[in-house]
Amino acid sequence: MNFHLKVWRQNGTSGTGKLVDYEARNIPSEASFLEMLDIVNEDLVSKGEEPIAFDHDCREGICGMCSLTINGVPHGKDRGVGTTCQLYMRKFKDGETITIEPFRAGAFPLQKDLAVNRGALDRIIQAGGFISERSGSAPDANALPIPKPIADTAMDAAACIGCGACVAACPNSSAMLFVSAKAAHLNLLPQGKPEKDRRVLGMVRQMDAEGFGNCSNYYECEAVCPAHIPASFIAMLNRDYTAASIRETTSATA
Amino acid sequence: MTLDSKIPAGPLDRKWTTFKNNAKLIAPNNKRKFDIIIVGSGLAGASAAATLGEQGFNIKCFCYQDSPRRAHSIAAQGGINAAKNYQNDGDSVYRLFYDTIKGGDFRSREANVYRLAEVSAAIIDQCVAQGVPFAREYGGLLANRSFGGAQVSRTFYARGQTGQQLLLGAYQALQAQIARGSVKMFPRTEMLDLVIVDGHAKGIVVRDMVTGEISTHAGDAVLLCTGGYGNAFYLSTNAKGCNVTATYRAYKRGALFANPCYTQIHPTCIPVSGNYQSKLTLMSESLRNDGRVWVPKRREDCGKPPHEIPEEDRDYYLERKYPSYGNLAPRDISSRSAKEACDDGRGVGPGGRGVYLDFADAIKRLGLSTIQERYGNLFEMYENITGENAYERPMRIYPAVHYTMGGLWVDYHLSSNIPGLHVLGEANFSDHGANRLGASALMQGLADGYFVIPYTIGEYLSTQFGKKVDPHHPAFEATKKDVLERTRKLLSVQGTRSVDSFHRELGLLLWDKCGMARDKAGLTEALEKIPQLREEFWKNVRVPGSGDSFNQSLEMAGRVADFLEFGELMCLDALTREESCGGHFRTEYQTPDGEALRNDELFAHVAAWKYEGEGKPPTLIKEPLVYETVKPATRSYK
Repeated sequence: MNFHLKVWRQNGTSGTGKLVDYEARNIPSEASFLEMLDIVNEDLVSKGEEPIAFDHDCREGICGMCSLTINGVPHGKDRGVGTTCQLYMRKFKDGETITIEPFRAGAFPLQKDLAVNRGALDRIIQAGGFISERSGSAPDANALPIPKPIADTAMDAAACIGCGACVAACPNSSAMLFVSAKAAHLNLLPQGKPEKDRRVLGMVRQMDAEGFGNCSNYYECEAVCPAHIPASFIAMLNRDYTAASIRETTSATA
Repeated sequence: MTLDSKIPAGPLDRKWTTFKNNAKLIAPNNKRKFDIIIVGSGLAGASAAATLGEQGFNIKCFCYQDSPRRAHSIAAQGGINAAKNYQNDGDSVYRLFYDTIKGGDFRSREANVYRLAEVSAAIIDQCVAQGVPFAREYGGLLANRSFGGAQVSRTFYARGQTGQQLLLGAYQALQAQIARGSVKMFPRTEMLDLVIVDGHAKGIVVRDMVTGEISTHAGDAVLLCTGGYGNAFYLSTNAKGCNVTATYRAYKRGALFANPCYTQIHPTCIPVSGNYQSKLTLMSESLRNDGRVWVPKRREDCGKPPHEIPEEDRDYYLERKYPSYGNLAPRDISSRSAKEACDDGRGVGPGGRGVYLDFADAIKRLGLSTIQERYGNLFEMYENITGENAYERPMRIYPAVHYTMGGLWVDYHLSSNIPGLHVLGEANFSDHGANRLGASALMQGLADGYFVIPYTIGEYLSTQFGKKVDPHHPAFEATKKDVLERTRKLLSVQGTRSVDSFHRELGLLLWDKCGMARDKAGLTEALEKIPQLREEFWKNVRVPGSGDSFNQSLEMAGRVADFLEFGELMCLDALTREESCGGHFRTEYQTPDGEALRNDELFAHVAAWKYEGEGKPPTLIKEPLVYETVKPATRSYK
């Protein structure tokens, strides 16, 4: 198969970038999207040009590193099932023009070409996305039975891979789906209750400080999420945040 | 040089307790005086960084990914073993220990494996307290599943994403420590060398992968948690970035590399479909619970669609050869049998490198909906990658490189032979012998990080009071200069071949000669060809771009240069080990019916290799494996 590519090239954080045209030739239909880029890069290297920089690692849809916006859709999810690395070229038409851009958001500074810095998501976790627990001091794992439906819903939320597609898809560049998934995972479980208020207040405030926008119910995040995180967790976060804010004013926060 | 494994005296089940009772402690007010460098942020690295940071040490943690949450531990699917005996089915610490040491074909240390089994239960407690959402029963208690190589159900799991959930637990604990200020995290930073000061590991040289800046970091101890070397084969189930550089650089600075020939080939992966392919995808081993593995009996049938091959013309070779275990034979045996069938010309699919995994009988027996419920996500994944519907036609699978049991040599304290250098998780050699059982890698990574190193690091640190290394010691500048020179060399070749083309060629050679089956002739040939390929690399590789910027070609070039040296060590170890054991199958050493033939008299030892300098053969140092409690037996799965 052959494709016309329009790829965002940008040298470093401060430079200005532009879309550059490339031809991808003789691409096997069984190749993945990233393998198509590998082939294009091999060709660029052979011509003495600098290959296109893009983030990727596990190439099996779980590490969350790959982060391409394909024809305007993060992970190209209108044709794939999950992350960019799980998108295969047979989903495209021969001769098609494909535009490839990074995950764009003010809070994700560009590093080079298609690679961005998503350190803001780590800092949100630092602000409360954990359960404080000292290694070695845990009670027996079965000492605390957890109803299966609660454990299952917590697992649905915990499935988030932290890729940031939700942010890239949102017209407001909101990270609410990411934040709500982690908050829901930990807040639902009895182990997470003691720090519930501190968690939601800390994470939401950090999200604001990083420059992510607010949620105004576009649901674009849910549509592109490779881990199928439902937007209903955002409602849960809003409720928990409101309750924590009220308790905070009365100094009764958990 | 003799190796002291520092195994405590006394009965096997008292060794770890004895050690802990006598371990050297570092008082809380002294902990903050020690700086510890941790390289890698997978299960071993993140759990060690979080635990040591929480105890009060100053930690610097490094990873090459953009976030510590992306380390490849995240991709583990199946589960984590622990001797909890929650199922009341006869499990015990001893049984987990025995299954693991038998699974490793009696090529691991008794004391280390016993300790692993001993701390396994605490790992589950720890993870649940962190909020890891393990699968549960309706009563609210934890669920278990069974796994290969065991007769009890001791595997804890979180859907097919156990590695992800365990890593996120450790990652979150790490983030909490970063927020507290006890851990400083360096993402997108790759370790390129180890700094040795007066014989002790006292620092590392790293490259900032965004700016290209090379810098040095000093510490009182260095912990390598950098995973395995499966990507030496180019195609593997590892992440693209996984590499041997950290451990190989340490080897070149004097750390011993143990058992590099022990590699695990996983039987159920999606076959290679073309030469553009960048990695192989694992399909969970659980599929073998219901799928039947077969190839056509006759070579000429291989091109036919599978439904046109009648029952009597199919060879269900695992059921035929191993009637009692059948399709559930262990990983090494299943992998080798698939290779034999394909070598015999009876493989299916493109290139003839595949066997069928057929669910037709299971669908008939259990109904389509049950199969969908059990394996739906895997069938979906298979269809997404191959474009084939496995409910209608059998899956095609083939073995692929998955895990490496070899690694840097460590003693009972997880210390390498270089004082100060500790090695955790897949990066060390210690617990899995010649073959690892399913659901044991996660257990080992977390055991090392949460429960072993926090106790054993004191043995070294307690000798280092008042010996803080001067970060301006000439060794730092000298090592940094070596790294800069190497980078300059890689960029200055400006030849005609890409880094990737060298990596692919090396991978094919290793897969062919040092893969599922090895023999003297093939290994000798590989040992001739690898130096030639390496020579060509340094004459003809083309690395575009510059050293002082974001340059992914340069990153890969450094890693491939190390694989080109390491591959030789792997083949040398495989050639020297003249026996078959676990994942190491030498075709010359097999029983008349084709099973692995161990030689306990000559090879019941750890083969640890010492680097002797450029162009010189490494020296082999043997650590005898002494079995005080178990008696090595022949593994039989017939």
